[in-house]
Amino acid sequence: MDIYWEPVWLTLKLAGLTTVVLLVVGTPIAWWLARSKHWVRQPIAAIVALPLVLPPTVLGFYLLVLLGPKGMVGQLTEQLGLSLLPFTFEGLVVASVIYSLPFTVQPLQNAFGSINQQLLEVASTLRASPWDRFFSIVIPLARPGFLTASVLTFAHTIGEFGVVLMIGGNIPGETKVLSVAIYDHVESLEYAQAHWLSAGMVVFSFVVLVTLYSLNGRLQPGLVK
Amino acid sequence: MATQGIQARFSCQFGTFALNVDLDLPGSGLTALFGHSGCGKTTLLRCMAGLQAADGIMRVNGDEWQSDCGSRPVHQRPLAYVFQETSLFPHLSVKRNLMYGYKRIPQSERQITFDQAVAWLGLSHLLSRMPEKLSGGERQRVAIARALLTSPRLLLLDEPLSALDQTSKQEIMPYLEALRDNLAIPMLYVSHSTAEVARLADHIVMMDGGRVVAEGPLQQIMARTDQPFGLEEDAGVILDATISEYDAQWHLCRADFAGGSLWVRSDEGLPIGQKIRLQVLARDISLALSEQTDQSIQNLLPATVDEIASNVSPGTSIVRLLAGQTPFLSRLTTRAVHTLAIRPGQQLWMQVKSVAIVD
Repeated sequence: MDIYWEPVWLTLKLAGLTTVVLLVVGTPIAWWLARSKHWVRQPIAAIVALPLVLPPTVLGFYLLVLLGPKGMVGQLTEQLGLSLLPFTFEGLVVASVIYSLPFTVQPLQNAFGSINQQLLEVASTLRASPWDRFFSIVIPLARPGFLTASVLTFAHTIGEFGVVLMIGGNIPGETKVLSVAIYDHVESLEYAQAHWLSAGMVVFSFVVLVTLYSLNGRLQPGLVK
Repeated sequence: MATQGIQARFSCQFGTFALNVDLDLPGSGLTALFGHSGCGKTTLLRCMAGLQAADGIMRVNGDEWQSDCGSRPVHQRPLAYVFQETSLFPHLSVKRNLMYGYKRIPQSERQITFDQAVAWLGLSHLLSRMPEKLSGGERQRVAIARALLTSPRLLLLDEPLSALDQTSKQEIMPYLEALRDNLAIPMLYVSHSTAEVARLADHIVMMDGGRVVAEGPLQQIMARTDQPFGLEEDAGVILDATISEYDAQWHLCRADFAGGSLWVRSDEGLPIGQKIRLQVLARDISLALSEQTDQSIQNLLPATVDEIASNVSPGTSIVRLLAGQTPFLSRLTTRAVHTLAIRPGQQLWMQVKSVAIVD
């Protein structure tokens, strides 16, 4: 049975970690994109959205080159005494963060953009510093955005395949996540096992989306000014 | 260098609009920033608060908020600001909205307590409500209480009544009057409504095109014949008076002011000794060379012509008169001024058709 649960556990760990990292990294990016009027905003927004349109293999390929022993990042990690990232779990996290970036940034950017700017001015006249305003006004008002961003990021990371295959390979317990395990089973004509995992994914994804929609439906009235 | 009062000097360009002001305002009472929309009064208020970055100087009763050396960020200025539109935090209850600023100032600076603010603005039954469940007037009362709870040294109000319907305006006005009379906090009040200004202001700054066109005590400014802009319809003097007699039979009160008295209609009567503020519009005063008693107007006052502004608009003149030391304005046709040969220094009779109690 371990042979089933290992990829499941690994996938959940990868998705959870990616979501946490992306909420931390994506929030300031989304805030800047929602507020800035600088000309570099458009190019940056395009870069953030690139993973939406690029084939995952393209992303995986360039990450492999960049993180590999001849790549810039790879040489840096080696100089820092760290191991190379490709074909490790950490490498998968890095790849997933980049791959799922738009799924965090775009819902957050929309949520931030819909906050009435005057409320922040009001807060400043009530002695709230910029950080204070962010935590006491922006985050509570953007709560539905954070929820959407988390769920979409988590679910999207669980579903990734191409990038994982390129950068992670297929090492049991290290990089063999669910989608790769299913592919493996099908290739070995083990349809029963493939069914178990695939059906599980279908049910899981359905439950996640239903939960998201009903939660958002309930939170929405609070968001309207 | 004056240390008391409010010094505000701003000179800056926002796109095609230039703001150029150099003001020395009283450090107490209510000062109205008055003008048509687009005259820069709200921009000036935002510059004073630091919400709008602008080169300039801002000092409040000796406390320097902005100078050539730098500008304190908004959240470090001891001010409060009441915005035009509803500005309550939608995710917080009334109580937590009120507490937002209160808990962010040091305990030693809290001069207005939570219970006081709640009582002054009549909010005790609303504390657990969410903002979306409040009426427009209630929301603005919460916003005013929330602002006061930071114990500000300057209270800035940006057309706080303009988004409200007439009923809500009438509901809030008495609260504003009480605050003006009972708090030692200077208030700057942006408005384009002559009625609000007449009722609330002690001091007035008139603005047009980003500049100050007139500034001074309300009663002096309102009694000028050269009203800076299109005010002829609403031009009129404000005077403070005291009730000295009530005639129940005719529902009339006599209000005494320096230089005379006027009969004012009042259904229930006002207590003797009560101080009231009256507005007499220029279009409601006509002039007669002798005391005419065979006509319907009851308020007849002897007065001296002080100044005549001919043709303020085509065919219309404004005559400034003094009853005792109290100035009045009368709007006449230029032909009437000519026919009666009205000239400065002349003694004549004012026939006051209507007097409004504004306060």
